[in-house]
Amino acid sequence: MKPGSRLKSAACSSEAVLIKHSAGTIECGGAPMSADASGDGTPAPGFDGGTVMGKRYVDEAGTIELLCVKPGKGSFALDGVALVLKEAKPLPASD
Amino acid sequence: MNIALLLEMAAQADPERVGLVCDGKRWTYGELDQAARGACELIRASGASHVALLDESSEAAVIALFGAALAGVPYCPLNYRLADADLGALLGRIAPALVVGDVERVRRLAGGDGHTTYVRSEFTLAALEAVSGEFAEHDSGEGIAIQLFTSGTTAAPKAAILAHSNLVSYILGTVEFASAEESEATLVSVPPYHIAGIAALASSIYAQRRIVLLPGFAPEDWLKLVDAEKVSNAFVVPTMLGRIIHALDKGIKADISSLRAIAYGGGKMPLELIHRALDLFPDSAFTNAYGLTETSSTIALLGPDEHRAAHRSSDPAVRARLGSVGIPLPTIELEIRDEDGRVLPAGQTGEIYVRGDQVSGQYRERSALDADGWFPTRDAGYLDEDGYLFLSGRADDVIVRGGENISPGEIEDLLLTHPAIADCAAVAVPSVEWGEAVGIAVVVRGGFDKPADDELQDMVRSRLRSSRVPECVRFVPSLPYNEMGKLLRREVKALLAS
Repeated sequence: MKPGSRLKSAACSSEAVLIKHSAGTIECGGAPMSADASGDGTPAPGFDGGTVMGKRYVDEAGTIELLCVKPGKGSFALDGVALVLKEAKPLPASD
Repeated sequence: MNIALLLEMAAQADPERVGLVCDGKRWTYGELDQAARGACELIRASGASHVALLDESSEAAVIALFGAALAGVPYCPLNYRLADADLGALLGRIAPALVVGDVERVRRLAGGDGHTTYVRSEFTLAALEAVSGEFAEHDSGEGIAIQLFTSGTTAAPKAAILAHSNLVSYILGTVEFASAEESEATLVSVPPYHIAGIAALASSIYAQRRIVLLPGFAPEDWLKLVDAEKVSNAFVVPTMLGRIIHALDKGIKADISSLRAIAYGGGKMPLELIHRALDLFPDSAFTNAYGLTETSSTIALLGPDEHRAAHRSSDPAVRARLGSVGIPLPTIELEIRDEDGRVLPAGQTGEIYVRGDQVSGQYRERSALDADGWFPTRDAGYLDEDGYLFLSGRADDVIVRGGENISPGEIEDLLLTHPAIADCAAVAVPSVEWGEAVGIAVVVRGGFDKPADDELQDMVRSRLRSSRVPECVRFVPSLPYNEMGKLLRREVKALLAS
């Protein structure tokens, strides 16, 4: 998967753009994401926390980073391990 | 990731919200996004290798920027203030381009270069009409988003390039998506061909903070626009802030109580002016931003709390921070190095090096990055014990007197404390004995007598060191600045050498 690729959830309306990815299956709502997934399914328990538009999601090791560009009811994971919100230190507007 | 996604997300989240105001016309995010998509079609149909803007700020800048991004063609805003010969050369370097703006000038200077031209109103109209019903495959954003020509004071202008990934890293790292209230508006008065002008568009759109454009800065218009649009944020260069305060002093009436945050950068802020501004706008949050074209804008910030703390403090070290550009962003690395590339400790002046995803350091012609990805900024400066970055001018502006490096800034800062000196510049002048020596150009404050040369020389000798004492003192009515408030040191040098 190349950075910039757009991925859709099979389990909800979530969409994400890949910022960084080295290996592993990218999932949402417990199901693999793909460029043309329908989004008709239902998120699996444990992967139904929801995604927030404009937030970035990463794994603990920093091997993957996703930008949520469309929110949904599922939550992102890499190989079954839930991704976490990337906390950004808010900065004052400078331009 | 393509920078056009920033606009697409804003349009998706709130298509009806007003994203831009220019000359009284309001554009929603939905309309801007539609127009950018149409512009992409126009650009593709033209076969252009670049998209150029030869115009003042307007909605066309946003449409051309994101339209070019969708088409996978670099956006290259040009400085319309350039002389014909210089502009003609740049137009030749980006041919064939789709040029928006001064069509007549393009025809006259580069009529045979195969450019496709549109005046502003034709371009926006054609873009809105060109939107295709079918979903067009857009560029994936792996290439160049922006190409900006540097001012080129010594040689032909360099073409600095920013990849989509540089700009996206900067925006995602510093701006929270849709974080602005609907009432917030940012007044953009810097020219569209400057990196600050481009970064302002991208960050405001991603934050969903309404952009209010002021093409052609005049302090009265700026104040009127703050009042009329209830502007909450503004970015200014120091010269603009000085003129705004001067207009207020003259009694220009405007309700500017909506103004909550003022960011500034692009040139050295006189200490006296920022103290004055902090007094005059006691409730406004001031932010000083330092950055370069090659770093996708801001790399260090002095924030609002630090401004107030320094302004109030009686501790000289804390107070001095008002003259710094703050702390480097957490998303980049920054080092000070000596001429041999060794990293210098706090307090020692050297060249500023930066590294990070937002740092391009690439020109069309070559890369300026070293083997480990560090970008030498050619700016000189030092970090204090607490990590605050102080600038001491361009590395090329350092005066080398008999092997000793002298930064013009320390001499200028001292001289500016003299009550009779309104402005001054220290530059290298040729010296038979030392190779280079210090020369100063001084502007006397209105109502004061011209100080004697030896009075100024004694002041420098007693407060700094004898090597800093100016050999040549020249009084001038004003110093040469460019439109961004940058002192044109080469012109001062030429003046003192003559």
